[in-house]
This record gives sequence, C-alpha cells and structure tokens, in this order.
Amino acid sequence: MIRWWTRRLGAVVITLMLTSVVVFALTNVIPGDVARRILGREASQASVDAKRMELGLDRPLVEQYGSWLVGFVRGDWGTSFTKQEPVRDLVLSHLGKSLVLAGITFAILLPVALSLGLIAGLRSGTRTDRTITVLGLCGTATPEFVSGVALLVLFSVRFSWLPPSARSEYGLKGLVLPVTALVIVCTGYVTRMVRASVVSTMERPYIRTARLKGISTVSLVRRHVLRNSMVVPVAALGVQLRYLLGGLIAVELLFNYAGIGSVLLEAAQQKDVPTLQAATLISGVTVMLTFVVSDLAYGALDPRVSMSKPR
Amino acid sequence: MSLESALVGQDVAVASTSPVTRRRRRWTRPTLLGSSVVIVIWIAAAIRWEWIAPFGPSEAQSGGRFVGPGTEHLFGTDGFGRDVLSRVLAGSRPVLTVAPLAVLLATIGGTVLGLILGYFGGLVDGVAMRLLEAIAILPPLFPAILVVALLGSSDTVLILVLAFSFTPIVAWTVRAATLVEREKPFVEAAHLRGEGAGYILGREILPNIAGAVVVEATVRLADAVFALATLAFIGLGAQPGSPDWGAQVADNRVNLQNAWWTVLFPAGAVASLVIAVSLVADHIREWKAP
Amino acid sequence: MTVPLLHVEGLVVRYRAASPGPPAVDGVTFDVAAGETLGLVGESGCGKSTIAFAIARALPSDASVSGTVDLDGTDVTALSGAGLRRWWRDDVAVVYQEPQSALNPTMRIGRQVAEVFAAQGLDDTQANRRTIELLDSVSMPDPALIARRYPHELSGGQQQRAVIAMALAIRPKLLVLDEPTTGLDATVERGILDLINQLRHELSSAILFITHDFELIERMCDRVAVLRRGTLVEQGAVDEVIGAPRSDYTRELLDCAIPRHRTKGNDPSLNHLDLQRTPMTAHPEIPLLSVVDVAHRYGQVVALDGVTCHIGRGEVVGLVGESGSGKTTLGRVITGLTVPDRGVVRLGPATIPANVRRRTQESRRAIQMVFQSPDTTLNPRHRVREVLQRARHKLGGTSSVDDLAASVRLAREQLDQLTATLSGGQKQRVSIARAIAGEAALVVCDEPVSALDVSVQATILRLLVELQHHRQVSLLFVSHDLSVVSYLSDRIMVMYAGTIVEEGPTEVVLAPPHHPYTAELLAASGHLPIVTNQDGSTAAAAAPDATVTQPTVAGASAQPTRGCPFFERCPLRIEGTCESVPPPIRDLAGGLRVRCHLPFEPSDQHETAA
Repeated sequence: MIRWWTRRLGAVVITLMLTSVVVFALTNVIPGDVARRILGREASQASVDAKRMELGLDRPLVEQYGSWLVGFVRGDWGTSFTKQEPVRDLVLSHLGKSLVLAGITFAILLPVALSLGLIAGLRSGTRTDRTITVLGLCGTATPEFVSGVALLVLFSVRFSWLPPSARSEYGLKGLVLPVTALVIVCTGYVTRMVRASVVSTMERPYIRTARLKGISTVSLVRRHVLRNSMVVPVAALGVQLRYLLGGLIAVELLFNYAGIGSVLLEAAQQKDVPTLQAATLISGVTVMLTFVVSDLAYGALDPRVSMSKPR
Repeated sequence: MSLESALVGQDVAVASTSPVTRRRRRWTRPTLLGSSVVIVIWIAAAIRWEWIAPFGPSEAQSGGRFVGPGTEHLFGTDGFGRDVLSRVLAGSRPVLTVAPLAVLLATIGGTVLGLILGYFGGLVDGVAMRLLEAIAILPPLFPAILVVALLGSSDTVLILVLAFSFTPIVAWTVRAATLVEREKPFVEAAHLRGEGAGYILGREILPNIAGAVVVEATVRLADAVFALATLAFIGLGAQPGSPDWGAQVADNRVNLQNAWWTVLFPAGAVASLVIAVSLVADHIREWKAP
Repeated sequence: MTVPLLHVEGLVVRYRAASPGPPAVDGVTFDVAAGETLGLVGESGCGKSTIAFAIARALPSDASVSGTVDLDGTDVTALSGAGLRRWWRDDVAVVYQEPQSALNPTMRIGRQVAEVFAAQGLDDTQANRRTIELLDSVSMPDPALIARRYPHELSGGQQQRAVIAMALAIRPKLLVLDEPTTGLDATVERGILDLINQLRHELSSAILFITHDFELIERMCDRVAVLRRGTLVEQGAVDEVIGAPRSDYTRELLDCAIPRHRTKGNDPSLNHLDLQRTPMTAHPEIPLLSVVDVAHRYGQVVALDGVTCHIGRGEVVGLVGESGSGKTTLGRVITGLTVPDRGVVRLGPATIPANVRRRTQESRRAIQMVFQSPDTTLNPRHRVREVLQRARHKLGGTSSVDDLAASVRLAREQLDQLTATLSGGQKQRVSIARAIAGEAALVVCDEPVSALDVSVQATILRLLVELQHHRQVSLLFVSHDLSVVSYLSDRIMVMYAGTIVEEGPTEVVLAPPHHPYTAELLAASGHLPIVTNQDGSTAAAAAPDATVTQPTVAGASAQPTRGCPFFERCPLRIEGTCESVPPPIRDLAGGLRVRCHLPFEPSDQHETAA
C-alpha cells in the first residue's frame, strides 16, 4: 500500500511539474512582447524596456520559470500586471466560487445521471433507452453557451421566472440557470457511460448465475448489477470536473458569475500573464486531485485492483 | 487503469461473453440519416454559401433592423439590418475550415505518437505518458485561451492550439489499442519472422486499430466545433463582425429580449452541427464494435 | 419403465436476429429419469448448450422457444414472473464452463452461496452456517477462509467447486452441467468429476451433462444423445451408442477422436507413413537445440527453475504439465519471445541471443512457433496468401505459396480469403504453414489443438505427424493433455512447477515406474486403470495412496522450496527429506530420467505399454 502510494504520488508530482512547464511555455510563446502589449503601440521603446525589467522579463527563460515555480509552490503567485493585487487571492477566491458552482452541479448530476443510466441500461433497446440515450447525446453535444442562451430565452425572457444573471443580488435563484446549463452537458456524458457499463454488466455470465438462483429483480440489480457497473463511471466522474471547469468559462460569462472562468477571460483580454499562469495551473492541480480521488474510489469498489493491502 | 479507460471511452472494453446476439438496431437509422443530412448541408454551405444564401451576410437590408422571421427574411434581420439566415450560412465556413484541419493534425500526430508509445513502451513511454497527462488535465479551452490571448486568433493559431489540445487524447486511445494488439500472437509471429517495427506498426497493428481511430477522430471533430464556437462566444475566436456562430451569439446577447432570433438561430446552428457529428460518431462506434 | 422426471418434446429454439435459415435447435425430444445422467454430445455449434439453457429458461430474450418441457409435472415453458423465479430457486441448477465468469467478481464467495439460502427464507446466521457446511461438502479446503475470499483469489478448480456448491444448495430436481471441466487442468478436472460422480449417487436429480468429449460421456453418463446442427442424431445407453453406434455421424465423431492409448505408430490412418520410433539411446552429441539452466520468474511466481534439456534433429518432443508448470514459458524462451532471467539457449553448437529480436535471421528461420488460440494467431485483416507469402519472403523458403497451402490441405480458394473468415481448424493450418514456410528446423507448438473441436484436433494432429515425417522437422509439442502428447511424441518431458520431473522415450514414460506427479497425470487422463470406490470417488490403481489431493489455496505461489516442488501434493513423500533436499536426477532403464527421492531400482525391468 505504501509503495503504491509513493509511486502514485511520484507520478502526480511529475505530471504537475510537466503541467507547469506546459503552462509556462504557452504563456511565453513570444517572450518580451508582453510589455509592449501592456503599454500599447505608441509607448516608447525606453518605457517598454523599463517595463520589461520591472516585470523580470529580461531574465533567461529558464530562470524565469524556476523562480515562478518556486514562488508558486511557496504560495507567492506574483502580482497581477493590471490589477496590482496579489494573484493568489484573486485566483483562489474566484476558484472557490467556481467550485461552489461545480459542487452544486455534481450534487445534482450524480443521482440524475446514475438513475437515468441505470434505467436506460436495464431497459436496453427499448424506446425508453433510445430516448434517454439520444437526449443524453444531445445534451453533451450542446455547448454550454447554447443551452445557457436557450434557457435564458425560455425562463428569463419569455417567462420571467428566473433572474437573467447570477450576480449576487439575485442570490441562489440566480444560480439555477447556470447550474442547469452545466448539468445538461455533463449529465449526458455520464448517463451514457453508466448505461454502457450497465449493458456490459448485464451481459456477463454471473448475472445469469444470479438470476437462476431465483432472486427478485430488485435484489439482482441491487447486489449484482449496481456495484459492478458503477466502477468505471465513478472513476470517470473525476474527468467530469475537468469538463466542468472548461464549461464554466462560457457559463460564467453568460451569467455574469465571478468565478475562475471570468478571471481567466479578463486576464486573457488584458494579457495579464501571471494571472493567466496561476489560474491555469491551479485548475490543473484541482483536476489532478480529483483524478487521485477517483483512483481511490475505483480501488475501493473493485477488489481485483491490487492497490490495497495484500491479504 | 480506470481513468484511462474513462477518458478514452469504452472502445477498448472487453467484448461480451454471452450468446446474446446484438440486436440490429433499426431505430438508429433515422438518426443517422438525419445527422448526415445536416452535416452535408453545413459542408455545402461552408464550401459555397454564396450560392445558397439569399443575401450577402454583411449587407444592410432594406427591410430594416430587427425584423422578425418572415417570408422575406426566414431568420429575420439583426441590429444592422443584415439577413440572419445568410449570416448563419456563411458562419459555417470558418468553423468547417479550422475544425477538420485541427482534427486531422491531431489524429495523425496522435496516432503516430500512440503507436510508438504503445509499441515501444519503456522509459520513453513512462515520461511521455506523464507529459500527455500533463496536457490532458488542463481543462478544455484553457490552453486555447492562453495562446489566443497572446497570439491572436488567426486560423493558423486556432488550428495549432486545438491540435495541441487534442493530440494527447488521440494518442491515449491509440496507445491503449496498440497495447492490446501488441500482445497478440500474430504480432509475436511477426517478431519470429524478424519483422521491423515499421512493418509491425503499419501492417500488423494499424489496420486493426483503424476503427478506433476513426471513431476518435469523429468525436474530436465534434469537440473541435464545440470549442471553436465557445471560443468565438467568449470573444477570443473570431474577428469582430465575422459571421462566426459563436460571435453572433455573443454580439446579440444584449438583444435577447427584443430580437431572440438573432441569438437562437446561430446557437441552434452550433448545436445542430455538434449533435449531428456526435450521432454519426456514435453510429460508427456501434458499427465497429460487434 | 420409470416415469421420466424431465420430459422434452419437439423443442425448437430460434434466435430472432438470425431469422432466415434453420433454427438453432430443431425439434429435439428426449427424457431423463430421476437419478439418471444424460449426456448431450456434439461438436461446437450443434446446439447442446442452447438446449440446456432453453430447458433452464436461461436464454436471452431474443430467443424464441417452442415445444414441451416438463419437469416433474411442471410445464416449464409456461412459467413466468414469480412462478419462474420460484422454479429457478427450488428446482433447477446450472453449472457452466468458465467458473471465473460465473461468479460475481465484487462479491465474496460466502455471500454468493448464502444468497441462495437467503432466497429460501433462511436468516443470516443459518444461511452462513449452511454455506460453510456446503463448501465443506464439496471438498473445499478451509471453507471458512474461502467464504471470505473473492472469486479472483481462488483457483479454477476451487471456483468451479463454489459454483457447484451454489447449485447444490437447493437439491435441485434438474441439474445441468455445461462443459464443467473445460479449461481446467487434467488433475483438477478429475477432482471435479469425482465430486460430480459422488453427487450422482447422492442426489436423485435428473442430470444433463453437456460436453464435446466422448471420454467424459463414458465416465459420467448413463445415457447419451448425439446432436448435430440442432437435431438429435442418436440416443441410447452409453455402452450401446459408443460400442455400436447406429448413425454414421456418431461413428465419424467417435473415430475422429484419438483413443487413449493410441500413438502415431499404431494409428491406422497413418499407415502410409513409415514411422519408426528411433530409439533414443545415448543423448546425441550436439543436439539441434539445447537450453541450459534456464530460469525465469514473473514477479513472485517462479515459472522456470533452472531447466536444462535438449531436442534432437527430426525428433518430436512432448512437453506436458498443468497450467503454471512453466511449459509455455519454456517454449517461449526457446523461440526467444520471453527472455529468461538466467540461462543459455543453443542452436546446434552455437549460443544464440535470448531475445528473438537480437537473433540472426538464420536462427529465426530455424525456430518457429505455432500458437494456441486460432483466433488471435493470424492477423484478421490479412489474407491467407499474404500471410504465407510474407513468411516465405522473410524466412527464405523455397516452396511456393500454393505448395505450402497444399501441404496443410488448404483449398486454393481459401488463399484469397481474409483470415477472419476461416474456421478454427483452418486458421491453425495456416498457422502451421506459416511456421514451416521457411523450412524451419524446429517448430514449437504451444497447445495448438486445445482450442479446437475434438474432431478437428485429430485431423490437425495427424497433419502435424505427416508434415514432421516428410520434412524431418523437430517439434516441441507443449500441452496439458497427456493423451495428445503421447500420441505424437517420440520423447516426453513432464514438467511441474518449473522443473522437469521426468523425461524419456514415450513408451518408457507411460509405463511404470513413475514420478508421483506423472502417476497423477496418467490417472487423470485415464492411462492408468481407475478404481471406483463405494462413495463414487476414484483412485488410480497403480499408486496405493494416490488420492488426488487439492492444490493449495491460490495465492500461495510456489516459493522456490529448497526441496522438491511437488512435496506438498505428493502422496509418497518422504517426510524429512523431500521438503528440504532437492531431489536427485536418476537415470533409469530405457532412457528414463526421474527427479525424485523415491528408491527406484536403476535396473527396473518394465513392460512397454501397449
């Protein structure tokens, strides 16, 4: 068990380091121009050079990367180019708000997708299954801003039942539409995964063995189908957070929600490199954490996975 | 590993063991037909919307601004008096230029990478997998936003950055499939004949994973359209004034109350294309997996 | 005439998806009395499993069943819902092949068995108690421990016992056994069959025993029904049908299988070949192939424990052992597909690299392999012609593709087919042709016929004998089936837990004296007369104490013991010696070599087995 953990943690660290390299590389595609972009075309070369020195952009790349990474690990994520605030507070507070949105989405998504997937799988081939599958596919395939817009048109414009944005003045009601848009996208995917897993489990010989014992269908599903078909989808839930974080960008823009997506967007528009780097990296770290948790869940559910203590 | 199969999909799953015959799912035919029609329409529009569109997408129409859908303007006109239908049709071109090219790059790159990693394994594989994972944990669009913010949103940049984001996923699927094929006796027989890696990868393994690659590519295509539209929506994908669908939705968001057609039709266009491609991908997957 | 317990009349089964064409089962009628065992035998695809499942109402919903099925007065076809569930719960039990997949991998064994009792209304304590009793009655070692384990932690034999336990929990009126021992080792198989025989005497159920193997029918059944493509060709008492079959098809099936004591030397269909057993006198000066002190482990498990052996030119060497014995690994080391942790492989006088990819094309040409599973041995995307042409080209053969195909009796038209469209037997033929395309000097055959139907097996084996004889190519024939090995081989090596425990010319190995493990193998495959005890269990006649003991609980992988690896299972072990001192190699008469502490007389005179 310890060995497995150390190996896993080692892999995680390596991956995160590589992620930091990737992020740094992406934001330094054209070193040096950042200062120019901040100050604008008309600024004099002297002021641009001064800005570069101020921002530490004249040092060799590797050195820049090193000091950035070390700072990041220590908790010093630099200062925003444009806002004159420490990046860490900016990013973390907004990340928190996004995670709230994500959390609510997950809380709804889980039971809905699991139940729908189970039903579709158990009734594979019937009209119910067809409907659920196709709807699920449509859900996944609809970009969040599209479903968001459709929801807005329907519930806020046409019928004025819900507020048109998620700004704090609207409180919790403001969260309903953005969450729904996210749920639509993610549920489709998870439902289909659950369904595929259930269908595959139902075809296994041991289900037939169980059925021939004469137990009721409810018991059959509960004891034999459920645990065996939830293994892969549960592991896949970790992947969902990644999708969610991506989907949040459009949703946060559409509904004026101040989460990590909007921070990222604003930083992008203003070429605020430190914020861009930090926001991206911390999102990657968050996704990585959920992957690890997913692994644990997988191991807990499937006794064949040999990560647990040897008996 | 669980996550791997989760990220990649069920394609590499174990085939069922019972004698149940997979029903020929006739119900899927109409959806396949419908999807194909939709895709063909958009491709046609992308190639030559000038022949189909009733008006120019940038011309102000005499009918006036914010005219609702009607006989003269099927999809109505927008705030500048431009015909929405023509703009929607014209919007297919930017998407269907960038997306397929990005996916093509990612597929080729990912397949080559996946074959090599899956076949040779070893330290290179270990390191490369961590690198692929490193890219893959970044939420979708984050890398694109980073790069486009700094380099602008020309077609080339978009193609390259999307290809960059998709290559790890394709490489992953291909690697997993390669690992399965590699253990099979006919590959061992090739070793016994003294075949080189090139022959084995190209003639023994690749033909057997081609199906999985096609499915993967189709799914990525849907993802690419999805991503491009979202990028345009958040203001990073297209030049202002371009008829790009996402941009149209973004531009006309403020008009939601009084001119819903300026938002709904371009949004619907995005949805229709992504859904159609996804449905087709699903069919291919069903067809390939007996 | 006793009233039959199970009455089946005019049974027809159709799969809806394959609508046009003949049904899977086409009007089958038979009866089974209480306490009687009826064997259903036929080649794969004949519908025997379908019949069994149809009777047990275990077919998928896209199968339509018509006809009469009556079990002790109940019209089985008319059951549904709660009635059907009750019938399943109380009256019928099914045991299938591949016990691993018949068990829920995420549920402990004990719970799975207890589930049956719980369905009958027992409470938890009672159910658990009965579970342990039941596991004990199927000779499960340490039932309480087993009950807490998961299926993947048990060996194949133990898994099957667990499945049988579940079946017996209900004292069924009808017990259906579908190839219950396919895939199990010979010795394990014998244990399971003993258990089933025991039950036959205890229960008064009607038993349906499905298999493709006539030898099992003889051992286990009272009556037999022969099936062909969904129809009943013949049925009757076992002695009658097997002794004097009325139908040509039955006769064909019976003839096809190679009888137990037959060797290639006395096989009438091979009379046209002039096969003499070259008596192996001294070991040849420079054998074609030798391996010296080869050792290999997979993680903690020892596959090969310092093996040394050789193969001569033009010789057929049989390598026999159960799963885990290392026989496949040895074959793979010789071909270079597995690189051993230690040891040397020599082709002629020269040492060749252990890794096939480092060998010269000459050595690759000389050593080829035929693999076990026909479905994965050929690239499904290739055509036969390409397979053979490529092999010829890379390995430098002189025969044309047409000649190669002819030599394995493959029709010309098949050359242009995709390999995926061929039958199992045809695929193996192509596989053999591929192996000899470059005029190999040694072909390692790794269980090449195990996955084929019994009738096809015989044809392929005869083909191998012919090819070997004409081309004077050496064969290393690896198998768990001693009958097959003894048919084909000039010399036999018996492996256990990574060591060769006995080797010598075929007749000498088959005749006493034996290494105790060889004796067990011989008993399990029927070479030694079997004595049936009162309780239905069996024992080999030769060794006085040779009741088959169970292999240890899986997971305790063979630690390299300092003594004899067979120590724990050996009925003749010498306490104090065998477990701590490695057994010596003794050379006995007739070229026999045994690795054992037992006091064999070096000059043992023995009768050559017929």
